Amino acid sequence: MTSTSSPALEARGLVKEFRGPGGAVRAVDGLDLVIRTGEVVAFLGPNGAGKTTTIDMMLGLAEPTSGIVRVFGKEPAGAVADGQVAAVLQTGGLLRDLTVRETVELTAALFGRTRPARPFLERAGIAELAGRRVGKLSGGQQQRLRFAMALVAEPDLLLLDEPTTGMDVAGRREFWGAIRNDAAAGRTVVFATHYLDEASTYADRLVLVSHGRIVADGAAAEVMALASTDNLEDAFVALTTDERAAR
Amino acid sequence: MTSTTSTTPTTGQAGAIRTYLGLELNRLLRDRRSMLLTFLLPPLFFLIFRSSAAYQDITAGTGTNALAYVMVSMALYGALTVVTSGAAGVAAERAQGWTRQLRVTPLSPWSYVLVKVLASMTLGAVAVVLTFVVGRYGGAEMPLATWIACGLIAVCGSFVFAAFGLFMGYLLPAGNLVQVLSPIVLLLSFAGGLIVPVSADSWFAGIAPLVPTYGVAELVRAPLAGGGVPQVAVVNAVAWAAIFVAGAVWRFRRDTARM
Ligand SMILES: Nc1ncnc2c1ncn2[C@@H]1O[C@H](COP(=O)(O)OP(=O)(O)O)[C@@H](O)[C@H]1O
Ligand SMILES: [Mg+2]
Repeated sequence: MTSTSSPALEARGLVKEFRGPGGAVRAVDGLDLVIRTGEVVAFLGPNGAGKTTTIDMMLGLAEPTSGIVRVFGKEPAGAVADGQVAAVLQTGGLLRDLTVRETVELTAALFGRTRPARPFLERAGIAELAGRRVGKLSGGQQQRLRFAMALVAEPDLLLLDEPTTGMDVAGRREFWGAIRNDAAAGRTVVFATHYLDEASTYADRLVLVSHGRIVADGAAAEVMALASTDNLEDAFVALTTDERAAR
Repeated sequence: MTSTTSTTPTTGQAGAIRTYLGLELNRLLRDRRSMLLTFLLPPLFFLIFRSSAAYQDITAGTGTNALAYVMVSMALYGALTVVTSGAAGVAAERAQGWTRQLRVTPLSPWSYVLVKVLASMTLGAVAVVLTFVVGRYGGAEMPLATWIACGLIAVCGSFVFAAFGLFMGYLLPAGNLVQVLSPIVLLLSFAGGLIVPVSADSWFAGIAPLVPTYGVAELVRAPLAGGGVPQVAVVNAVAWAAIFVAGAVWRFRRDTARM
């Protein structure tokens, strides 16, 4: 059961540093964020903004350098263990020699779900590929498979890291249609992207990230107003470049 | 269409492990390489080494012949090879990001390791049974209780090399790890006296008891002579199992540690 009192996601003073040869890199630099259940939120930012690092911490794959992150009021690992969270990672995560159906069925079993895989394959648009080996799929088809895996998990919170990279136009449209469908049924969805149109069309709320900090947070209209423009792309450039100049 | 966690039937960790184990066995069985190792190599070795001179002066217990000794040795060798390569498969799965993906599912990392070990050892058991069947028709003779005892010891003893495979799989990059490990297991099997017995007067005799295959080799053949269990063999098997398990746990912890 999802606790109604806790937000789906909560980050307070979240910081992540990586030690590199040239000293520490601050990938996430003091992030404060609350996402309520049922929200569809886009993490928007240029490459290297810290989107993936933030998602990794929300999933318990990475340990924050400082600050806290809570998922439904728990440590991320706890929420993952309880099957409340599923994720589409940016890279990898598939076994080449499994078939599409096997991959989805196994994922269902790992989440303790007993529903048949078929409807989920259909919703991801890969029902006709069910018997194919994962290694033989195109990049876009693999992305659809990752999506089917996330759907069959039936999580309360779905985290997607650039989920439509490599998908064709029809694929994207089907993908977001299915996501909106689930969100309408109460699922919380957080996705990272650098496609502005995707973010503004499908998210209720845009969180603009630059250099590990949130530079804007709100509906598309609010973000544009913040940059005094009526074009989201202009707003994106202005807000992410201003941040850079301020340093 | 869509529902949340609370309304969906769940089967829990045990159900997840069962399903995963079934799929894992399926995977191993359709992999040509593991099929060859499992189904052809051990019986082939039995046929090759059955006439080896090294086995001719084996003293066997009542109702037991030297061919049984060859057969039991080859069955264990087959199991060790199969189990090592099966468990070392974690390397390729790490490289594909699969273990990372599993970490965002409710399956615990230990359950994953359990699945890998159980699947490998099951296939190892198949190798043992097949070698026994070929051996039976190839002239191996021993009492029924000995067949059973040797079979069980071979299967259980293969755990030492499941741990070895895991250790290597978490330690080394995928590449052609499995192709490298099979010859290493063969080498270790020669060195430990599993393929051909180490004669007491060779210089080998001094180091053989230290080799990881030695303990399990002596144990699996102990029922043949009908005597007791050699203590040095037990120490060897337990010590190597402990070393490999410790190594695997060390690397596994590092692999699943949050950065
Ligand atoms: N494992 C790592 N080691 C060192 N630096 C890293 C590591 N992961 C990410 N970074 C750095 O952290 C910053 C943010 O990366 P990332 O979170 O992947 O950004 P995004 O997903 O927004 O493109 C980048 O400068 C990247 O180079
Ligand atoms: Mg990224």
